[in-house]
Amino acid sequence: MAEKPVRVLVGKVGLDGHDRGAKVVAQALRDAGMEVIYTGLRQTPEQIVETALQEDVQVIGLSILSGAHMQLLPPVLEMLREQESHDIIVIVGGIIPKEDVVYLKENGVAEVFSPGSSTEEIVEFIKQKVGGNY
Amino acid sequence: MNDKNNREEMSRAKQAWEDKVNKATGKYPERKEFKLDSGLEVKTVYDPLNMEGFDYLEQLNWPGEYPFTRGIQPTMYRGRLWTMRQYAGFGSAEETNERFRYLLDQGQTGLSVAFDLPTQIGYDSDHPLARGEVGKVGVAVDSLADMEILMDEIPLEQVSTSMTINAPAAVLLAMYMAVAEKQGIPKEELKGTIQNDILKEYVARGTYIFPPRESMRLVIDIFDFAGEKIPNWNTISISGYHIREAGSTAVQEVAFTLGNAIAYVEAAREAGLEVDRFAPRLSFFFNAHSNFFEEVAKFRAARRIWARLMKDRFGAKNPRSMMLRFHTQTAGCTLTAQQPDVNLMRVAFQALSAVLGGTQSLHTNSRDEALALPSEQSVLLALRTQQVIAHEIGVTDTADPLGGSYYIEELTDHIEREANRYLEKIDEIGGAVKAIEAGFIQQEIQASAYRYQKEIEEQKRIVVGVNRYNESGEQPIDLLKMDPATSRRQIERLKEVRLSRNQGEVATALQDLRKAAQGEDNLMPYILAAVKAYATLGEICGALRDVFGEYQQHVHL
Repeated sequence: MAEKPVRVLVGKVGLDGHDRGAKVVAQALRDAGMEVIYTGLRQTPEQIVETALQEDVQVIGLSILSGAHMQLLPPVLEMLREQESHDIIVIVGGIIPKEDVVYLKENGVAEVFSPGSSTEEIVEFIKQKVGGNY
Repeated sequence: MNDKNNREEMSRAKQAWEDKVNKATGKYPERKEFKLDSGLEVKTVYDPLNMEGFDYLEQLNWPGEYPFTRGIQPTMYRGRLWTMRQYAGFGSAEETNERFRYLLDQGQTGLSVAFDLPTQIGYDSDHPLARGEVGKVGVAVDSLADMEILMDEIPLEQVSTSMTINAPAAVLLAMYMAVAEKQGIPKEELKGTIQNDILKEYVARGTYIFPPRESMRLVIDIFDFAGEKIPNWNTISISGYHIREAGSTAVQEVAFTLGNAIAYVEAAREAGLEVDRFAPRLSFFFNAHSNFFEEVAKFRAARRIWARLMKDRFGAKNPRSMMLRFHTQTAGCTLTAQQPDVNLMRVAFQALSAVLGGTQSLHTNSRDEALALPSEQSVLLALRTQQVIAHEIGVTDTADPLGGSYYIEELTDHIEREANRYLEKIDEIGGAVKAIEAGFIQQEIQASAYRYQKEIEEQKRIVVGVNRYNESGEQPIDLLKMDPATSRRQIERLKEVRLSRNQGEVATALQDLRKAAQGEDNLMPYILAAVKAYATLGEICGALRDVFGEYQQHVHL
């Protein structure tokens, strides 16, 4: 039996309009055989979690370059915990200062991909994390 | 070149040379394929044989003469240097005012205001969607009270101020006018620019509010109102910058920017405005990316295409309507988080291409912008880069110093030709607004962005410090820290403003605006009245949202 492809939500959280990176990553994940749900701009943390649950994704990839990550990402992690969706992994891309990376990783973000990361690294990371399901 | 015998002789000589080259490259192949992003293969060398039929007067002419390929001023930087204008803004109006005054003290000659995202999208700082965003990527401006602080003790009759504001451009312009009035400065003396380019927000930058048709009405209302009241104000800055940042090629940057420009001109004419009345106040904004010669040629080609469009397609008579005046910013997307000091060099080369391309004003990025908002020290280095180009290296001594270079002229022709091809395609679709609604422009940009990333990952494109010459240990760098209390203080001030104003006056002004939006009046006077009554940005945009509705993005991946 063919294995089911990994389902990934790629989203822009907050008011930030920089979507070049999110779209490039979405396309690369799709080219790597994953199913990508791209949310478009201006998603609230609530909308992200709601879509993720509805779409039954294994991975949430959030892009944020506006500096609002410390206000917008913790609510996503919090809501996932409340929903007991421990199996959904959250990865983040954008301009995130080092000390914030440490905090986010301690609080449930699986990885933060900084500027200069390759799409290949991201694909490999997801494959490794989702592992058996892939 | 015109001497036939001479050319035959040159052709023979070239043939002999090519034979030699082919032999050599047979043994020692060249390092790689040389190609521009737009697909053009770059030749080993350029020579006069490629310029058969080249007509100097028609293609170039002298600087300040149609089609302005060599620049819009007869003496270019010998008369006056470009305006050195660093985009700045963060936190509160007080902090930004302080940065502005610092930059002016350091020899900067114009201001450029960065607004935070809630301001750019028409939300007050206490709106639920403003959570975490207040004062982050720019300064928060909720009402006239904030603008008063932002421009405190800045001589508005002397500096020109550029405001990167689009969907709510009319509101911020009204605030600026109201502050100037309070300072006793005559309207005619106000100099500056509002970006006011909503079309590129739908394809690249993302700070739209209203649907395209309603947004276009606001843009044209500003053209009409400002033409009369503030004649020295640039009513729009039609921007390729963000299109390029979103991943387009140089050719696409020119084509999609001018495609949007055509849409604005057509909309203004449909509204009954005569072309020579508003076109002299249209300005442009381009990116200075890394392929040096391609960028120089791009600026020259853009000027030539625009001049011809305005003259031939729109029947402009005033030469000022045909002059493409532009601001340039170096390419933020080329900055690397790795080895950030190397960005100083990237920025310097990019800035040089803008100067050799004849820019009217310039922002140089700071080395630390792939990591955070720039620190004061980094901004200072960026400004100093411009000052070195202006005063030390001789490139400002003569106009268009690269004009006549075989390579530059061929590239300029190439970009003009390829951009015109896109413009024809956009015309076929029914204009820029339709092309955006159909997702055509977005998809073209996305495809280029994806290709660019692939080229980096496949090592076809080398980025120093990212995919070659990496260093393991990272040097520490002092980054700007944002004051976490900014948001709270901003919200407190907003509440004070809401309590201390004349509520009846605000309610009436907003009601009048709503009514006007339902009709066909120019909305600027209504917005100005609301601003002066200290209605907030969120209230004014809210009234317009009630009438116009909001744009919903359609993503075509």
